[in-house]
Amino acid sequence: MAKKVAFLQGNEAAAQGALYAGCTFFGGYPITPSTEVAEVMSVELPKIGGKFIQMEDEIGAMASVIGASLTGAKVLTATSGPGLSLKQELIGYACIAETPCVIVNVMRGGPSTGMPTGPSQSDVMCAKWGTHGDHPAICLTPASVQELFEETVRAFNLAEKYRTPVMVMPDEIVAHMRERIVFPDPGELEVINRTAPSVPPAEYKPYDTSFGDVPPLAAFGSGYRFHVTGLNKGQDGFPTTKAAWVQAEEERQVRKVDANIDDIVQFEEYELADAEVAIVAYGSTSRSARFAVNEARKQGIKAGLFRIKTFWPFPEKQIAALAGKVKAFITPEMNLGMCTGEVKRCAEGKAAVHGIFRVDGEPINPGQILEKIKEVK
Amino acid sequence: MSQRYEIRFSGAGGQGLILAGVIMAEAASIYDGKQAVQSQSYGPEARGGASKSEVIVSDTMIDYPKATVVDALLALTQEAADKYSHDLKEGGVLLIDSDLVKNIPKGNFNTVAFPIINTAKNEVGREIVANIVALGAMVALTGVVTKEGAEKAVLARVPEAFMELNKKAFQMGYEKAMAARA
Repeated sequence: MAKKVAFLQGNEAAAQGALYAGCTFFGGYPITPSTEVAEVMSVELPKIGGKFIQMEDEIGAMASVIGASLTGAKVLTATSGPGLSLKQELIGYACIAETPCVIVNVMRGGPSTGMPTGPSQSDVMCAKWGTHGDHPAICLTPASVQELFEETVRAFNLAEKYRTPVMVMPDEIVAHMRERIVFPDPGELEVINRTAPSVPPAEYKPYDTSFGDVPPLAAFGSGYRFHVTGLNKGQDGFPTTKAAWVQAEEERQVRKVDANIDDIVQFEEYELADAEVAIVAYGSTSRSARFAVNEARKQGIKAGLFRIKTFWPFPEKQIAALAGKVKAFITPEMNLGMCTGEVKRCAEGKAAVHGIFRVDGEPINPGQILEKIKEVK
Repeated sequence: MSQRYEIRFSGAGGQGLILAGVIMAEAASIYDGKQAVQSQSYGPEARGGASKSEVIVSDTMIDYPKATVVDALLALTQEAADKYSHDLKEGGVLLIDSDLVKNIPKGNFNTVAFPIINTAKNEVGREIVANIVALGAMVALTGVVTKEGAEKAVLARVPEAFMELNKKAFQMGYEKAMAARA
């Protein structure tokens, strides 16, 4: 049977990806340029017996998805910069209470309300450092409508597998552009569900590390009783200040991501085999970069592209290896140097790093990148 | 056609130009089997303000989703004509509303002008379908999608009750552009 094909907007594809992954709850507060995610969910969720709630604000929206997730549902919220700032307190709560949830954050200009309809990539640091304290961070930066669908499915898988919030962060261009999408058949993409407890309710502890770094999560209302808090907690979920335990728990929570970096990190290498100049880019900017690489190659310049698909955890190992091979990196991004700083950190001075930054609401065009390639080659 | 073909629909917010771009791209991508990407840029206003919708059509993978050198430009307002004609390529197609764009952008363009909004209002019967009149004209002038594919894409996007109206608008735009070009 022929596959279902549609001409979809990025935000619509994110919502469809969430539904494919089995999402049954959306709690949100609409904000440009992410609103279409909420629109689609408000139409589709009631049809499958799911729930859509428009909350009083972004903080309430984040609280609602945490609560719904603890009942066993796969949950989604969608927002943009100003909303992401507001959600931070509860994102930290979801991290420490180890509650799976997916946040689609469409990047527009900032800080504050900034430029609501202009594209940006300036929330990537907020995805890791926005909420205080040490905590795991996973952030995906898709570059096409098809990929936004697929990466939203993967975000749900990672959230469920590692019991942690996962962010999907398209820039406004990827979220608002329309492309042809081929819907995967049911079962074609992997769909992961959280591990349920194997012990009877009386023996259940929500943070029982004898089951490994990701303890099984019971659904509220299924007969299992446990306590949820934002305080450092013991195995039973009740607050504790026992020093050795708190230290071990903090380390375990971060280790969930750090020890599984190869399972989480995805990237694409294009024309890098003999490259002397490597462009490191993500989101819509990576599409400009690919165009520039093709133009450079036509002119005999050995340029290549390392496209970041998983921004957090950062592909440290891969960038470090590239630094030993290329003469220079070029890092185009719609902010003032966020990824550039990470690339410098990983390159450890072995290759020069040249940023191209734009925060004027306009995309970085291929011509700008090509010019820089010629300058540094 | 192995190269990129870049089309820009521009005017004021609320004129339905984003939809016109979406339909053009759908015609290319779904009905004509080509690659297409549609994107837009607009201000925070719901109505008014300069607005543009861009469509890239190609036989091969499209990387950069925005226009680089525009092959065909529609401008429904003077502001849009002034703001968005700077990167129209030499010999490119320029379609303007002759009532609203009095100061025609200077350059070596294939300029076609007819009263697009007035055609919708007085000849088709509803001003609201001006975007479809413009779409019909752009399909005729660019030849980048088939007329059949574009018509199918229009009808797939409009409610049953407005099919005839939109069909008429599309046809009228197509014919007027052909006549104006000749």
